[in-house]
Amino acid sequence: MSFLPYALAAWLFFVGLYGVVTSRNLVHLVICLGVVQSSTYVLLLAIGYRTGKKAPIFTSGVPVKVGAVDPVVQALTLTDIVVGVTVAALLLALVIEIWKRSGTVDPDELRRKDT
Amino acid sequence: MTLVPLAVAVPLLAAAALAALGHFATPRFDNLVAIATAAAVTVLCVLLIFRSADETITYWFGGWRPRNGIAIGISFSVDPLGAGIAALAGALGTAALIVCWDYFDERVPQHFHVLMLVFLGSMVGFALSSDLFNMFVFFELMSVAAFALTGYRIEQPSALQGAINFAVVNSIGAFLLLTGIALIYGRTGALNLAQVGQVLTREKPDGLVIVAFTLLVVGFLTKAGAVPFHFWLSDAYAVAPAPVCVLFAGVMSDLSLHAVARTYWDGFSGVFGGDAEALRAVLVGLGVVTALLGGAMAFVQSSLKRMLAFVVISHVGVFLAAIGLLTARGLAGATVYVVADGLVKGALFCAVASVARRIGHTDELACHARGRAIPITGTVVVLGGLGLAALPPLGTFLSQALVTDSAGRIGYGWLPFLLVVATALTGGAVLRAAGRIFLGLGPARDELLVAAPPGEEAEVRPAPRAGALLWGPALALLVAGLGLAFTPGLAGRAVAQAERFVDRPAAARETLHGARPSPVPSRSFAADADNYAYGGASALAALGLAWLGLYRRRIPTAARRAAGRTAGIALDRLKLLHDGVVGEYVTWLTVGAAALGALFAVLLH
Repeated sequence: MSFLPYALAAWLFFVGLYGVVTSRNLVHLVICLGVVQSSTYVLLLAIGYRTGKKAPIFTSGVPVKVGAVDPVVQALTLTDIVVGVTVAALLLALVIEIWKRSGTVDPDELRRKDT
Repeated sequence: MTLVPLAVAVPLLAAAALAALGHFATPRFDNLVAIATAAAVTVLCVLLIFRSADETITYWFGGWRPRNGIAIGISFSVDPLGAGIAALAGALGTAALIVCWDYFDERVPQHFHVLMLVFLGSMVGFALSSDLFNMFVFFELMSVAAFALTGYRIEQPSALQGAINFAVVNSIGAFLLLTGIALIYGRTGALNLAQVGQVLTREKPDGLVIVAFTLLVVGFLTKAGAVPFHFWLSDAYAVAPAPVCVLFAGVMSDLSLHAVARTYWDGFSGVFGGDAEALRAVLVGLGVVTALLGGAMAFVQSSLKRMLAFVVISHVGVFLAAIGLLTARGLAGATVYVVADGLVKGALFCAVASVARRIGHTDELACHARGRAIPITGTVVVLGGLGLAALPPLGTFLSQALVTDSAGRIGYGWLPFLLVVATALTGGAVLRAAGRIFLGLGPARDELLVAAPPGEEAEVRPAPRAGALLWGPALALLVAGLGLAFTPGLAGRAVAQAERFVDRPAAARETLHGARPSPVPSRSFAADADNYAYGGASALAALGLAWLGLYRRRIPTAARRAAGRTAGIALDRLKLLHDGVVGEYVTWLTVGAAALGALFAVLLH
C-alpha cells in the first residue's frame, strides 16, 4: 500500500480549502467545497483497499478465495457522495437566488452592498 | 425495546407522508400532523428516559448483535442522559410547531413542516446513536434540513447569505468529522464507539489517534458554535424564522456537545486516561473563552435574534467547560443544564416570535416601549433573562450548582467565577432588552449596540393578534425549564447516571457482551451556601449590567471615558471580526483546528 492515496487526499483537502477561503465567486466556492469533499472519498477508499483483493461482491455458490477489499468504507463513501450532492444542490439553488436578487455572486461585493 | 427506533422512525415517516400527500391537505392540517408527531416523539423519548434508568437499552439494527464481543452491526444506545436531550428536542419541536400556527402570514408550503420533522427526527437519531458513522449520517441529515430552514425566507438576501455561510462552514466541519471517523476506522477497524474504546485502550496515544480525536472534536464543536468555530452561528440564527430558531438555539448546538462527551468517554477515555489533566485544561479553557466572548458579544447586540445567538454561543462555552471537567458530576451538571437552559432559550425565541408578530420588529431599539401591550411575553422574557443568569433556586441554578461543586472538587475553584461572569452578561443583555421593550426604560438610542444590517429585520408584518398560541408555548417551556429544579431527586439521579456514563469498561461490557449492569447507585445532591452565593451573584450582576446598559449616562463622564478607551477598542475589534465573509470564517475554522491539534499533540503524550 503506497502513501500516494493519502498524499492525494491531503492535497485535495488543502487545495479545496484554499479555494473556499480565497473564492470571489459563490459558484466557484461551492465547487471548491466539492473538491474538499473528494478528499474524504479518496481517504475512505484508501483505508479499505487491500492489494490484490477483489471487489466485495459475493454470490451464493461461489467460494471467496482471494478475499475482498473492505466494503464498509465503500458504503461510507456512497453515503458521503449522496450527502455531498444534496448539499451542493441546495447551495447552488441558494446562489441562484442570490444572483437573482443582488446581481452578484462575489461574497465581498455582497458584504459591501449590505453595509 | 421496540420504542427506540420508533422515536426516530415516527418523525421521518411522518415527514415522508407529508411530503407525498401534504399538498392535498390544507397547511393547517399539515401543521396539525407535524404538531402531533412532535408531541408523540416527546412522549416516546420521555418513556425512554425511564426505561433506560436501570440499564442502557441497546438496539441493534436488523438484529445484528455483537458476536464474541465484536460489534458487526449498527446500534442505538439509549441512556437517560441521551434520551433526556432527545426529549428536549421533542418538546422544543412541539412548541416551535405550535408557534408556527399563528406566526406565518402566508400559506406555509408543506415542505416547511417536512423539513421541521426531518430535522427533529435526525436530532433524536443523533442523540441516541452510539456508532460513529450513524452519528455522521444523522449529523448531516440534521445539517441539510437546518440549512434549508435557515434559508426559508428566500426573498431576503440576508437569509440566503446566512444559509450559505452556515452550509459552507458546517460542511467543512462535517468533512473534518468524516476524516476523523475514517482515520479511527483505519486504526481500530471499528465504528461502534464501545468497540473503538475497547481497541484503543490497548494502544498508546500516538499521532494518528490524536489527529483523529482532534478532527472529531473540531467537527462537533463547529456545529456547537465554540470559539473560534462559531462565526456562522449568529449569521444563521439572525435570519432563520423565529420558530426554527427555537430548535436551533434550544438543542442543536448542545447536541454536538453531548456527542463530544460520548466520543470521549465511550471511545477515547481509555487511551487518554493518563492525560486527562491536560485534556481538561484545554477543553475548560476553550469553554471559558467561548463563554466570555459570547457573553460580551451578546451584550452589544440590539437585534434580539443576534443577541440570543450569542447567548447560545456563550452557554455552549459554559456547557463545554462543564463537560471538559471530565468528571461525572460535571457531565451531570452539563446535561441538566442543557435541558433546563435549552427550554429557557426556546421560551425566549418563542417570545421573540410573539414580539415580531405584534410589533413587527425584533430590534431592541426599534421596539423601545412598544411592548407594553404584550405583558405576558414581557414576563416570559424577564423570567427567561433571570433564568439565563441562573437565579436560585430555578432549573438553571441547580445545574450550575452541580458544575460549581464538581469544579471545586478537582481544583478548578476559579472556574465558577468566570462562568458567573458569562451568565451575568447573557442574562443582563436579555434583561436590558426586556426593560427597553416592555417597560420603555432607558434611551431609545445607544451607539454601543450593533444594529442589524438593513433588510434583516422585517421578517413578518405586524398583526394585532398575538394570541395564546404565541405566548402559550413560551410560557410552557419557561415553566418546564425553570421548574426542572423542583423535580425530586433530579440532581442526584443525574449524577448517578453520569457515573454510569463515564464508566467506560462497564459500559463496553454491557454493550458488547450483553453483561448485566451493576445496580445504579443512589446519589443525592443539594446546593450549598457557596452555590447560592454564586447563583445570587450571577442574577444580581445581570440586573446590574442591565441597569448599566440602560442608564450608562448616569455614570460620571470620566469613568465612562476611561472604560470606553479600554473596553471600547477591544469590543470594536470583536464586532469587526464577526462581520466577515464566509472565506474568513473558514480561515478561522482552519486555524482553530490546527491550533487545537497542536495543543493536543504537545500535551497528550
